[in-house]
Order: sequence, then structure tokens, then C-alpha cells
Amino acid sequence: MISVIDLCYREDSLSREEFVTPIERLLRRSGREFNTRHYTAPDIEAADAAILCGTALMDTGFTKRPDLFCWLLEFERPVLGISSGMRALAAAFGAGVEPGCGIGMTEVEVLSPDPLFAGKERFSAYEVRGCAVRVPRGFMALAVSKECVQAIRHRSLPLYGLLFHPEVRNEWLIERFLGLADQWP
Amino acid sequence: MRLGVLFSGGKDSAFACWKAMQKEEVVCLITIISRNPESYMFHTPNIRLAALQAESAGLPLLEMETEGEKETELLDLRGALLAARERFGIEGLVTGAILSVYQATRLQRVCYELGLWCFNPLWLADQDEYMEELLDAGFRVIITGVFASPFDESWLGREIDRRTLDELRMIARKHRITLTGEGGEFETFVIDAPFFSRRVAIGEGSKVYRNHNGVFRIERAGLAAR
Repeated sequence: MISVIDLCYREDSLSREEFVTPIERLLRRSGREFNTRHYTAPDIEAADAAILCGTALMDTGFTKRPDLFCWLLEFERPVLGISSGMRALAAAFGAGVEPGCGIGMTEVEVLSPDPLFAGKERFSAYEVRGCAVRVPRGFMALAVSKECVQAIRHRSLPLYGLLFHPEVRNEWLIERFLGLADQWP
Repeated sequence: MRLGVLFSGGKDSAFACWKAMQKEEVVCLITIISRNPESYMFHTPNIRLAALQAESAGLPLLEMETEGEKETELLDLRGALLAARERFGIEGLVTGAILSVYQATRLQRVCYELGLWCFNPLWLADQDEYMEELLDAGFRVIITGVFASPFDESWLGREIDRRTLDELRMIARKHRITLTGEGGEFETFVIDAPFFSRRVAIGEGSKVYRNHNGVFRIERAGLAAR
């Protein structure tokens, strides 16, 4: 079962259909079971993996409650943090952000071999970010654009962060992540 | 949150408006009237009738004209949003963008520059589910422009009811067009919506059609009881 975490400004918000529903649709299409919870009340006990969804550019309320993301430190199962979700993942592991807004399509270059990106060295991706995210200790930069790090991964656990939105034109990345989650012991 | 809706009078912006009304407070509609028929962002044949729809919705309408040049129309959009913030205190914008990264990117940038929230409740929507939801919610929508094969003149002015939706589905499958017209294959106008107090009654319309390209121009319309 995949735990989908909604990071938007409140439960069942106007942003939900923009950032959470597209992920749920992909999960449904791939035949995965999932449950969606707002970040203020995560339910990760029975989860095999977690996906932290993005938020609107102006929506940074989730950054005010780092305590609600502490579970990520001990989760030790596959995690995919998307855009704001990457920011929350990095923050849980002690990394902050730096200035740098990016909106639109950007070229992403893969730096290190990883099963998530296998066979793709460069691709175009859609970003909507108000800042860049630093690489936390214990993580590595997996992919970059001209401006900043676009993908990170924990050095020994399948914890991934993508700064761009894979649900736009790069759905294959979410499918790959689900494949990795299936294989995780 | 007080929101303005970027409103063209077509189904996407009207449905986005309806969605926004369920969750936040919609305080005005914003219409950009482009004089350039080639405008990627804002051109649509019956844009002047947005005033009638706004009246039926009981919402103030902020109209902004633009020459419709590629980048200056964004400045005009910016101007419209600034005016909406000043007059109606909007904190965010709602758009009907579904798939267009081109459109979404530009709208997101303008909003972010102005410190406005940007909501796209139809973003990446499943086309079939969306069209079903639209009809289920009680929207009545007509086709006011066709810009792709195999649409002929008979499509102009036609209401998208269940039967027409089935036909559109078949065409979408066969001709690789989007069911929602998101690729610019057709344009629509909303004649009734769950947030309208009265329906738009079309008194007179005219068709201009040539070679899979045509427009249904509403010449005379008013509001009427359902």
C-alpha cells in the first residue's frame, strides 16, 4: 500500500486536485492500493512506500511544521518527494533551501547512475518552484538543471526527492519509483 | 481566500470557477479581450458575452483589452490582476488550464511576481471524467469554434449533451484530438452553469466556416429563466 501525503494548505483544499489527484490517478491506473492523508495526520504504519505531493508556489505552510515530517527519519521504506515534497524530505534530514525561482520547462541532466533514471541521461521536465533545495547530509545529487539540483537520493535508502513535477510529461518516473517500491524488501 | 477567476466564458474557466466556489470565495471574474485573433493565451470569439455570464453569476467582471502580442499580453494580464487586487482584494487567481504547459507557465509566473496564489483545479484532469463531471454538475455548453478536422459546419452552435459527448469521444479516438478541445480543436461557450441565476438565451448567431475552421458568433443574447 502506498501512502500519499497531501502537503497543501489544508485538507481537501482547492489545490488538492492540482497536486494530489494526478498522483492518485497514476496509482489507480497502475493498480496500486493507496491511502491519502494530509501531512498533519499521516498514516504510514501499513505503508510500503510514501509519496509526498507538491503544493502551489505560494503554499509553504508545511515548512512551518517540521515536527510533522520527523517520521521520514525512521520510515526506511521508499519515499518520493515531489517539489514541495522534496523540500519537506530534505528539511527532515536537516537541509534548507536557497533562493532561486524556476517556472516552466527545464533541461535535466542525470549525474549518477540510479535505477530511477536508468537509460535516461537528459530529459525535459516541468518545474514550479519558488526556491532551490540543498542536498541533505547522507544524500547525493542525482540530477541537475542549469540552475540547481533537481533530484536527490539517500545514499543507502530509496528516499528520493524530485524538484520538478514528474506527473507532468514524465509519468514514467513515478512508474519507475513504484517498480522500485515493489522490489524493496 | 478571496479569488479572481481568469474567465473566457468557455467550459474550462467556468468549471474551474465552480470548483473554486466549493472551496474558497470567488469575488470577481477577469476577462482578457485580445484584439489579435492569433493570441495563444486569450483569443476566443464570444468573449464580450462574458459580461452576461458574470451578471447571471452575480459576480463583478473586470475586462482588460490587449493588443494580444505574445509578451505584451502578459503585461496586460499583470495589469488586470493588479486592478483586481486593488478593486476586489484578490489573493489568488483561478485558471482553467488543463494540459498546456505554455499557458500554465506564463500564468504561474505572473501570479508569483505579484505574490498571488495560482489555482488550476483542472490541471492534468482525466478528459473523460472531466466532461462527465461537467454535464453531471448541470453545465450547458455549446461549441462556438472548430479548428480541426473532421469538424464540419454542423458542429457550430451545437450543445455538448450526452449524445454529442459520445460522438466527440469517437472523434477523439479516431482523429487523435483531445476530448476537451484543450489542443485548440474546438472552443466552447457556457450557456448555463450551477452558479448562474438564469441561463444565457441566444437570440441570434452567425456561422463563418471554411475548411474545418469555423466560428459561431453570438450576435444577440440575453438572460432568461430556466
